[in-house]
Amino acid sequence: MASQKAAATPQPIEESASSLQESTRLLQAELPHLDRLIHERLRLGIISALASSPTLTFSRLKEILQTTDGNLSRHARKLEDAGYIECSKSFDGRVPRSDFRLTAEGREALKSYLNHMEALIRAARTNVSA
Amino acid sequence: MGQSSDAQPVSLSARAVDNLRFIRRTMERARAFTAVPGAGGVLMGILATIAALAARAAPTPRDWALVWLACSLPASAVALLSIAAKSRRQRGAAYDSATARFLAALLPPLIAGTVLTLALMRAQAYEWLAGVWLTLYGAAAASAAGAAIAPVRSMGAAFIALGAAALFTPPTWGNLWMTLGFGGLQVGFGVYIWRRFDG
Repeated sequence: MASQKAAATPQPIEESASSLQESTRLLQAELPHLDRLIHERLRLGIISALASSPTLTFSRLKEILQTTDGNLSRHARKLEDAGYIECSKSFDGRVPRSDFRLTAEGREALKSYLNHMEALIRAARTNVSA
Repeated sequence: MGQSSDAQPVSLSARAVDNLRFIRRTMERARAFTAVPGAGGVLMGILATIAALAARAAPTPRDWALVWLACSLPASAVALLSIAAKSRRQRGAAYDSATARFLAALLPPLIAGTVLTLALMRAQAYEWLAGVWLTLYGAAAASAAGAAIAPVRSMGAAFIALGAAALFTPPTWGNLWMTLGFGGLQVGFGVYIWRRFDG
């Protein structure tokens, strides 16, 4: 909020021009590197939830992310195909059970995504203070 | 239109901040203690119902209190064992950081309840025990709800409501409120958790 207010404050053009150009360049440089696969909100949620819990069942993931069976299946499948998560299926009594876990690749993808987000914020902050 | 280059970085960074918040919130939710034992809760409720029947026949208020206190021992053992079993089944360990957070929030009101029980028993003020037990058990559940699955909060609130009812109605109704709380609510929430949260 404060940064938005600060951004709205007019800055002396001569002083801020080079820094503004630099941060805008940084921002635009970061965008193509964003992992589009986990940028989507539900997939980002799946990866984030699995990053803080060794395994999660399908029903627990559904509850955490407040989504439907169909949505969760579709997005989990995309992450599975990319090798970011693994799914093991078993039976709990007579009820089928799916357990998801994050792979090393998935963890790296999340770390890298977080780095990009931080870079975007840093660049925007430089922009505001310029 | 010189503003467009300024507006883009600000909105991108706002989006990035929002994404980071979403990631943190999701991680917190995923770390919640899920090993709240539904089946264990049902068993505790059945034990409490048996205790309620025995307590109703108790000749003195002191005996009434002792019956309920005696019931609390096996009920606590059932709670601990079923938490450990569900935790091991879900996370591969009987005790982990989620369990520690849950217990750290649960224990202070329970300890306060124990202290108040000792003081009220010493003062022979048995008529307050039902209200104190229900209210503080509810407070323990409500306090632990921040680190646990959602139904625990509703269970805590329901226990506190019953505790308040017990404190503001005639003492002879105490056993009824105890039966409704430690018997009825415990079984009801136990069944719900059992079915919705994997056991």
